[in-house]
Amino acid sequence: MSSAANPARPRGGTAPDIAGALAGKRILVTGATGFLGTNIVERLLRSVPGCEVALLIRPGRRSSVEQRLRREVLRNDAFDRLRTELGTDGFDTMCAARVRAVAGDVTSDGLGLNDEGRTVVASCDVVIHSAAAVSFDSPLDAAVEVNLLGPTRIVETLHTLGVTPHLVSVSTCYVAGSRRGAAPEQHVADSPWFVDVDWRAEVDAARRARRDAEADSRTPERLEGFRSDARRELGAAGTPLLASRTEQNRARWVADRMVEAGRARAASVGWPDAYAFTKALGERALLENRGDVPVSIVRPSIIESALAEPFPGWIRGFRMAEPIILSYARGLLKEFPGVPEGVVDVIPVDLVTAAILTVAARGPLPEPDVVQVASGVANPLRYRRLVDLVSGYFAEHPLYDRKGQPIVVPTWSFPGRGRVQAQLKRANDVLGRAEKALSALPLRGRQAQWSADVETRREDVERALGYVELYGAYAECEALYEVDNLMVLVDAQSSTDRDTFCCDPTVVVWDDYVRTIHLPSVVTHARVRTTAGADRGPDRTERLRRQVLAPERHLAAFDLENTLIASNVVSSYLWLASRHLTGTDRLRLVADALRSAPGWLSMDRRDRSDFLRYFYRRYDGAPLDQLRTDADGLMSDLLLARAFPGAIRRVREHRRLGHRTVLITGALDVVVEPLRPLFDDVIATELGTSGGRLTGELLAAPPTGETRAQVLMDYAADHGCDLAESVAYADSTSDLPMLEVVGFPVAVNPETRLSALARKRGWLVENWERANGAPSPTLPLGGRWSDNRGRTPLLERLVNASPAGVAAPDRPKGARR
Amino acid sequence: MPRPGLVLDVDRSTPAVLFNHGEQLRLEKLPAGRSRIIYPAEPLEPLADPDGAIAHALANPIGDSEPLAALLRPGMKLTIAFDDISLPLPPMRSPDIRQRVIEAVLDLAAAAGVDDVMLIAALALHRRMTEDELRHAVGDRVYDAFAPHGLLVNHDAEDPDNLLEIGTTRHGEVVEINRRAAESDLIVYVNINLVAMDGGWKSTATGLSSYRSLRHHHNVETMEHSRSFMDRHNSELHRSNWRMGEVLRNAGIKVFQIETTMNNDVFGTTGPLAVLQKREWEWSARDRVAVHAMKTGLDRMPARTRRNVFHSWRAPHAMTSVQAGEVEAVHEVTTANVYAQHLVPVEGQTDILTMGLPYIGPYNVNSVMNPILVMCLGLGYFFNLYRGKPLVREGGVIIMSHPTPWDFHPVHHPSYIDFFEQVLADTTDPRVIEERYERQFAEDEWYRHLYRTSHAYHGVHPFYMWYWGAHALSHVGRVIIVGGDRAAVHRLGFTPASSLSDALEMASDTVGPHATITHLHNPPILMADVT
Repeated sequence: MSSAANPARPRGGTAPDIAGALAGKRILVTGATGFLGTNIVERLLRSVPGCEVALLIRPGRRSSVEQRLRREVLRNDAFDRLRTELGTDGFDTMCAARVRAVAGDVTSDGLGLNDEGRTVVASCDVVIHSAAAVSFDSPLDAAVEVNLLGPTRIVETLHTLGVTPHLVSVSTCYVAGSRRGAAPEQHVADSPWFVDVDWRAEVDAARRARRDAEADSRTPERLEGFRSDARRELGAAGTPLLASRTEQNRARWVADRMVEAGRARAASVGWPDAYAFTKALGERALLENRGDVPVSIVRPSIIESALAEPFPGWIRGFRMAEPIILSYARGLLKEFPGVPEGVVDVIPVDLVTAAILTVAARGPLPEPDVVQVASGVANPLRYRRLVDLVSGYFAEHPLYDRKGQPIVVPTWSFPGRGRVQAQLKRANDVLGRAEKALSALPLRGRQAQWSADVETRREDVERALGYVELYGAYAECEALYEVDNLMVLVDAQSSTDRDTFCCDPTVVVWDDYVRTIHLPSVVTHARVRTTAGADRGPDRTERLRRQVLAPERHLAAFDLENTLIASNVVSSYLWLASRHLTGTDRLRLVADALRSAPGWLSMDRRDRSDFLRYFYRRYDGAPLDQLRTDADGLMSDLLLARAFPGAIRRVREHRRLGHRTVLITGALDVVVEPLRPLFDDVIATELGTSGGRLTGELLAAPPTGETRAQVLMDYAADHGCDLAESVAYADSTSDLPMLEVVGFPVAVNPETRLSALARKRGWLVENWERANGAPSPTLPLGGRWSDNRGRTPLLERLVNASPAGVAAPDRPKGARR
Repeated sequence: MPRPGLVLDVDRSTPAVLFNHGEQLRLEKLPAGRSRIIYPAEPLEPLADPDGAIAHALANPIGDSEPLAALLRPGMKLTIAFDDISLPLPPMRSPDIRQRVIEAVLDLAAAAGVDDVMLIAALALHRRMTEDELRHAVGDRVYDAFAPHGLLVNHDAEDPDNLLEIGTTRHGEVVEINRRAAESDLIVYVNINLVAMDGGWKSTATGLSSYRSLRHHHNVETMEHSRSFMDRHNSELHRSNWRMGEVLRNAGIKVFQIETTMNNDVFGTTGPLAVLQKREWEWSARDRVAVHAMKTGLDRMPARTRRNVFHSWRAPHAMTSVQAGEVEAVHEVTTANVYAQHLVPVEGQTDILTMGLPYIGPYNVNSVMNPILVMCLGLGYFFNLYRGKPLVREGGVIIMSHPTPWDFHPVHHPSYIDFFEQVLADTTDPRVIEERYERQFAEDEWYRHLYRTSHAYHGVHPFYMWYWGAHALSHVGRVIIVGGDRAAVHRLGFTPASSLSDALEMASDTVGPHATITHLHNPPILMADVT
């Protein structure tokens, strides 16, 4: 980076070498799994060879801190450079010697340390606290626990341990609040614009707000609301699934309310959001509680991808600007508010890291000091310039849509935030209404995707609205973050440190940084289409299909109605019932069915198993032998004629691949008997029998809803199949429980609700259609049986004329010699 | 006296020609000076007293056979096998020939005191006939007397208990037929000889056999060496069947063959469709209006309605001859009688053969003409309706007119759907298809189940359709389908064209700009005697 160094500054200052100053020291880093934390750890390991690093990591639900260290920190591409330099073995050896993971959590008092952890922390010389809830829409209490109380918990732990290492606490420039003009490197409370807020009261209020929201969410009215939302989304998916979705809805409602509480409280006292607000109070609390722990505060502005270290463009996770940039490049953000001549204060992450390490190496000052790492004053990037650079970049390197056509980026006219918000809200309302209307229609398969398309559009708009609400303030921020203290540090740096630990914001050449470093990195990380032309490789559906048809799958379970055939229990019943009827009886049956149809339909929608129970009573007294004989005719006339050839082919493909196949259906076992050879097994509804006739009563609960899932689980267990390696095909949300228990669910001709769910969850969707040319009678009526055909007088003649050769029908001919 | 068939040279005064186009019609002008049209003969006079002729044939057998009455005795086991739904085309008006013949046979059987009689639809690997179709073929009386007792059945080529291996031909071909038929004292076979391919030993050796036996002659090698399979003496298909017949005969299986021929009066001389079998230059003003009205009406109808309209047509064609007795002797006479109606002398081959494919073929009666059947009808049946040399020269072009919709009957043709979606998506080469896929489809349990219990063609049947066209595929340089569904035509490996003139333009890439054109004016069926 020497080439980029500012020639106006004297070459080399008087401060001791950073690597030397930190050599032999043990440095505790919090937030190491985050963007800034990873960068700090990497730099310490690479550029400060003499130090040891301890990382405070929260144990995962299923992973130990060592696993998280390996997977979430050391495997990051930030360490590729060091790994190359040392070789993989050398890297591992170095890490084993210098890196320790300490289980702990800044949201619990005493940091949740065990004895070993306490020993390690007590032995540290420097603590770099970079853990934070950086999301601008964190729930208020979560932000309070991490951002406000985090630094205090650290110093209190140090007090308990009786140690006084140098604490470098990372904060943010935005603690200065929503204001215009100079924002010097002073303590929050020293600002003339500071609204005096008691941080203890805020902590209590936040916790109380959570308790209130939790209580409020449990009132009967609210719970009924959550439940009806769940029902609207999932339909008749059975009680367990509806219950779990209702609980999710409740939790989400509470979280939303806490986010709203944070935003409102922050705005009321002059901060753009809960993040900046809690960070500001966190600084105050830290200063108040620090005791004799020496403290330095480093405040970066908006941290973005690396300028040079460990490599240009290094970034971890998507931060504030990236989603906006990508939405813009995808043509989704038609407008964005902002002050064109305002300054967007962006700072590359490696400069922030260098500043933090420079402060750590320098050591504490007698009084807590503040260092802002920002570019707005020393090297400002204007909002209009940034927008020009971004739009210029994407004009040159457009993203491509699914069809391989380049996306033209919109031109922004920098309207006020209110206008943009109003436009987006209107669009959101219209699309929301359209979505509701579509979801009320009985659509299936490809038609059901209209509503999915509308939903996608609405979500795009909603997201845009979210960005504007969340980040609009930052594009309109006119505060200027001064960096005098930072420049003092820069000046004092030795000439080598000025290269290795460059934290001078003036070295950034914005045009180059935006065009050749940041945007290419963002585009790469987003895995968006950057090449023209139609897809040559398999598309998403094809990839999912290959997974479903991979030889290693164990089991494929199929629903029947609308998954394999476009028919239902009512049609089958009508066909069977009408087969032996003539004339008026036939008409009466049809009229009766047509009259009852709406009732059946709504009953079926409410609860499928109730409907089946009720409907199957109609089979009371039906002769079993007759049904068995008629089932073959039913299969040809109705089931096969209405089958989806693609679905039948799929069953057979699974069998060919050696997967077990099972049909699980609410249809009667007698009715689906002719389909048995298609599957390894058939699980269908059974009715009781008495004297060769059906009783119309079910022998067991029909396999619908959660029963279907249970049936599948039992079946898989009996046959030693792993459900995670299994596939299930179904068409409706009443089959959700079954779809959810397998590793590879497939929605077949899904109705609107399932279509939306399948899309959200990335399930394979198959639109199987009946064969063109299939016969389609208006009503599913069985052909008349031969015994209804009148015998003609001619027959009598023939019969009489040939008493031996052609026997009368009433004389059994089965008996042969 | 019906007029014989003829070859008409097209000049500028020749009116537009009627092309059948599935369930639609097209009127096409053929280029003057280089085109000719082959017209079929007019329908031969039917037998004045069919029942009398049948009785006479049964009493006066041909070849080495006693009269039927003499072959019947009390206590014997008699099986009457008859041709299935694929014959005749279109289905005929009641009473069906089979009904007349079977009733006559049953009367004799009754008179002779035979009480072990079974009727079998000799459908080989075709779909099982439905009750209505059986009733139409054998009549209600016979149906009601036999079917309820399980004595009128569809042949089941996949029922291991009811098949019997008779022996092996000198070429190593396994002969296996229906056990009941094989163990009968007499098989009476009731045939309808619509085209010269039908009848003879093919009736029993194919109609009552199984996949194990059929595959010896239903394969690419045989079909490429059957030139044509409508000309028995030059047909490997028939040589194989005749060898199997020899095995049957030597095993002591007694067949009394009753063959019938019929005239080509498929659309009638009066009635709504009569104009379709008139020669265009003889159309009256009324005929022209009728054709245009019919064409416009059909074009506007939904496909399903069109299909129903055509498939409800029962043709008035009538019996022109009946002969009974020993299989081979009977068949020689039958073939001569078929030729009398069908043969049209044609001089020389052509560069381009055009044909308008009608709505019906042997395998879509009461069903759907799917793309594979389109291929089979054009390149299998129509191409092979020749004696001597194919109508089109080697390397020539065939232009067929048919909408070729991507339509399938899911009950009748389930394996066709998979053949089209999977096999043809991979390759259209008959030999590769045979090698790579035949066994898998033929032995598939699900297809077997559908063939045996539903009304599906056997799993292997679409392969035979493709093999039927194998000779044509290797013979011609290019196949163009006019007015077909583009995706379906591409899947077949052919070229789609939207009009006949486009098709002729495309054909000129293969056979040059001044190529000769021959149009096969069919239906009614004709067979070209090419010299």
